[in-house]
Amino acid sequence: MPDRIADIWGGRTPFARGTAWPVRVDQKLAEGVSESEVERWVVSACTLCSNGCALDIAVKDGRMVGVRGRARDAVNHGRLGPKGLFGSWQGMQGGDRLTTPLIRGADGELVETDWDTAMGRIVEKSRALLEEKGPLSHGFYTSGQLFLEEYYALAIIGKAGIGTPHMDGNTRLCTATAAAALKESFGSDGQPGCYEDIDECDAIALYGHNVAETQTVLWARILDRLAGPDRPQLICVDPRETEVARLADVHLAIHPGTNLALMNGLVRELFEHDWIDHAYVDAHTVGVDELRAAVAPWDPESVAQVCGVAADDVRRAAEIIGTSERLLSTVLQGFYQASHATASSCQVNNLHLLRGLLGKPGCGILQMNGQPTAQNARETGADGDLPGFRNWENEQHVAELARLWGVEPAKIPHWAPPTHAMQIFRYAEQGSIGFLWVSATNPAVSMPESPRIRAILGRPELFLVVQDLYLTETAMLADVVLPAAGWGEKQGAFTNADRTVHLSDKAVEPPGQARSDLEIFLDYARRMDFRRDDGAPLLDWSSPEDGFRAWQECSRGKLCDYSGLSYEKLRAGGVRWPCNDEHPDGTARLYTDAVFRTGMDVAETYGHDLLTGASVPPDTYSAMRVDGRAILKPAGYTSPHEVPGEDYPLRFTTGRTAYQFHTRTRTARARQLDRAAPRAWVELAVPDASALGIREGDLVRVTSPRGELVVPARVGEVRPGTVFAPFHYGYWQGGKAGPGEQPTAANELTITEWDPVSKQPIFKVAAVRVEKVAGGSAPAPAPTTTASRPAEPDGVPVTVGGAEAEAEERLQTAGMARS
Amino acid sequence: MKLPVYLELLETSETALAASFRVVGRGHADDADIFHTCSTLAQQCDQHAEALAPVVERYGRAEAAEADRRFEAMAQARSGPLGLLRDLHDVFVLASLVEMTWTLVQQAAKALRDEELLSVVSSALAQTEVQLAWLRTRLKVAAPQTLVAAS
Repeated sequence: MPDRIADIWGGRTPFARGTAWPVRVDQKLAEGVSESEVERWVVSACTLCSNGCALDIAVKDGRMVGVRGRARDAVNHGRLGPKGLFGSWQGMQGGDRLTTPLIRGADGELVETDWDTAMGRIVEKSRALLEEKGPLSHGFYTSGQLFLEEYYALAIIGKAGIGTPHMDGNTRLCTATAAAALKESFGSDGQPGCYEDIDECDAIALYGHNVAETQTVLWARILDRLAGPDRPQLICVDPRETEVARLADVHLAIHPGTNLALMNGLVRELFEHDWIDHAYVDAHTVGVDELRAAVAPWDPESVAQVCGVAADDVRRAAEIIGTSERLLSTVLQGFYQASHATASSCQVNNLHLLRGLLGKPGCGILQMNGQPTAQNARETGADGDLPGFRNWENEQHVAELARLWGVEPAKIPHWAPPTHAMQIFRYAEQGSIGFLWVSATNPAVSMPESPRIRAILGRPELFLVVQDLYLTETAMLADVVLPAAGWGEKQGAFTNADRTVHLSDKAVEPPGQARSDLEIFLDYARRMDFRRDDGAPLLDWSSPEDGFRAWQECSRGKLCDYSGLSYEKLRAGGVRWPCNDEHPDGTARLYTDAVFRTGMDVAETYGHDLLTGASVPPDTYSAMRVDGRAILKPAGYTSPHEVPGEDYPLRFTTGRTAYQFHTRTRTARARQLDRAAPRAWVELAVPDASALGIREGDLVRVTSPRGELVVPARVGEVRPGTVFAPFHYGYWQGGKAGPGEQPTAANELTITEWDPVSKQPIFKVAAVRVEKVAGGSAPAPAPTTTASRPAEPDGVPVTVGGAEAEAEERLQTAGMARS
Repeated sequence: MKLPVYLELLETSETALAASFRVVGRGHADDADIFHTCSTLAQQCDQHAEALAPVVERYGRAEAAEADRRFEAMAQARSGPLGLLRDLHDVFVLASLVEMTWTLVQQAAKALRDEELLSVVSSALAQTEVQLAWLRTRLKVAAPQTLVAAS
């Protein structure tokens, strides 16, 4: 059986354009458990990245003992990646799961307590603050990893129970720009394309999207097209020599922070060569003249100078984009977490609009998500939106919510956009938010400028509630810690990056007294006695399915229409929304008719200026008469705000490795994954390392104006002048919320700055200096199988998983297992 | 011709607006979006003043007695959430004056059929309108928390 740590993407199953991706069922069972011993297989999907691979959970003696990919599911055709195979179920089984609530005692230590006492403490504080300062004293910071029903409950509690605009998710860190760019171009959130566009395309352009590590099964699908008889052309925009870059026809290794200059150059080339579908542009878009004027200065030579790439490579990329019959574009954190995030991502949309390549097989845009259920936070309004892609500036939309929830429209905050995460933390820093409830996320490690975030979370004046699976760095700073049930221990639906909805059934009981996040939220609502105006309870749900039905009503008639779905239907396999009477089997692609959600009555936003984030007022938008056409939105390039200089001469960027997820809360509890990437490192390019006298494995100090990292160096293949660090490595394993002598969290260095439109923090553009601290005795603990591979492989042990990382791959057509 | 009076008003007011954006940005640097956006907008104001130079050259300077310098930059930023609201509000007033000044100069430029001046006005006025829109957006977001919940 293949070692799926050594072989991240599994065996190749090549296929040709327009044919079905072959089915290969990947399976992993616990040591000593054979397939015949499995008592039940429980339907679910993986929650360790945004791909949402469908799987069944193996259960034996009341424990999860493995997983198997679902053969018939459109998302993964049976495949699973290393995180799904090893991390999904083992990640729930760490010996240090939280099993009882904790409260901060008189001596300042967290002590075990019961649910009544913990919830009583929360409700007492909540009521006192509401009495004293009102709803604006309350903030909620949730996740990209809960289920749909849980987010929707939280949204109702925040908006109709308390009445605070201060609610956001860590989706702000990973996927806010995807939503923002879709809204600016098409009027509404909603992924235009789907994964079958990989099967149908002639060219794939990946913008800041290291799909080989962020969504390994999606990359396997691309690899199988690349290995097939009619290989699509591949364009990669990334400052690192990723697996994608290694196979690309054109690799644009641009300086971090210069995406918009490149994109303006690519758009300009389409105009220069008249690679424009004039009929489509005339009929279905507005703003072409403004766009042409905005990109005019960006000839390939100017792009080359600013971005640090060859002008001819810009031309070659533009030619592929301009002439391919079917083009698929995908975008992720290299764009979303960098300067001009929304503006750069909108330019990807513009390329497709100019060419009329949208809503047809192989012509997709995938503005990707980072986290597994980020899409649901966006849909249900737990992340700084209103539920159902409603527009906070549209009184009709707010009135619909008020009717659904049985409250007056005035109860629902809609005097300004819901507050974004960075602003919520600023209000907490200033003291106007005194109650912050964090669910299923770890801001002490994941938010930018960690020293500042830890100080905010640790403020004695801030009452901090944290609910999670484990005692994370954030939980260590809490006043009340609530033990949550997680994946496989509770029921709920969630939606992946290509709009596919899956059901995850409950396979086993949660440990100790742990409760599902939904139960916790419903309990809070009951104890707070939130009521509709007619006196009935605001949240009368008794099960996840009640929540799902309530959400179906909220989404009915909206773009994200779930009204045609049911738990029963989802048990048979994933379905893409919109799913309703008209489309009972779901919908593969949006905008097949080129009618966009930009009409005054349906638009989720009236748009923003991309440079400043200034809102377009409703009357101005109305006068634009967009009326269902897409908006070709331009923005001029300006230099990033933090650029290398004398004190900090190198560019700093952060990212993921294939083996870990987020702050490793689950992946580090799976031995196979943990051993593949156990500790932090930084990557330096060969010329930078030799100039600094640094060799593979040496301990180095990386310093920015915010803080420092002290970690081993991997001398690797990042673009010269740039330093890369993975962001997963915090301090919980040492039992501490923050660093000691050797800080390891990449966010010690990152800047507090965000995109003006999407408000997504800028994790990938900062300036640092590097110095050697001590010689190393071994190579850096970085994988050799990914973009982290060493420039000089001699003497660096290859990353393997051994026997415990072996997993079965069953090719369904051949009927044979790969051995 | 009194146009030079208004051209000089524009120069002094754009310079004052640039300086005010910088004062507010630096004074509220812990509000990261304020710091960065104010810095970007200050640069725009500098460019507006520079773009006027060739026009001022052609029309000449105003008589000393007619020159009007009542657009003054903010001397220093206030502190705290209320200070931010008051500072942005002050900048909004100054930016509104700038916007109306450009509008009036645009009217004169139309009457003079001065294409060069019209082109300078057109881009500067569009950017000033966005500056006002940003200030309005940010002020409206800040007001509830500042006036209701902040201490």
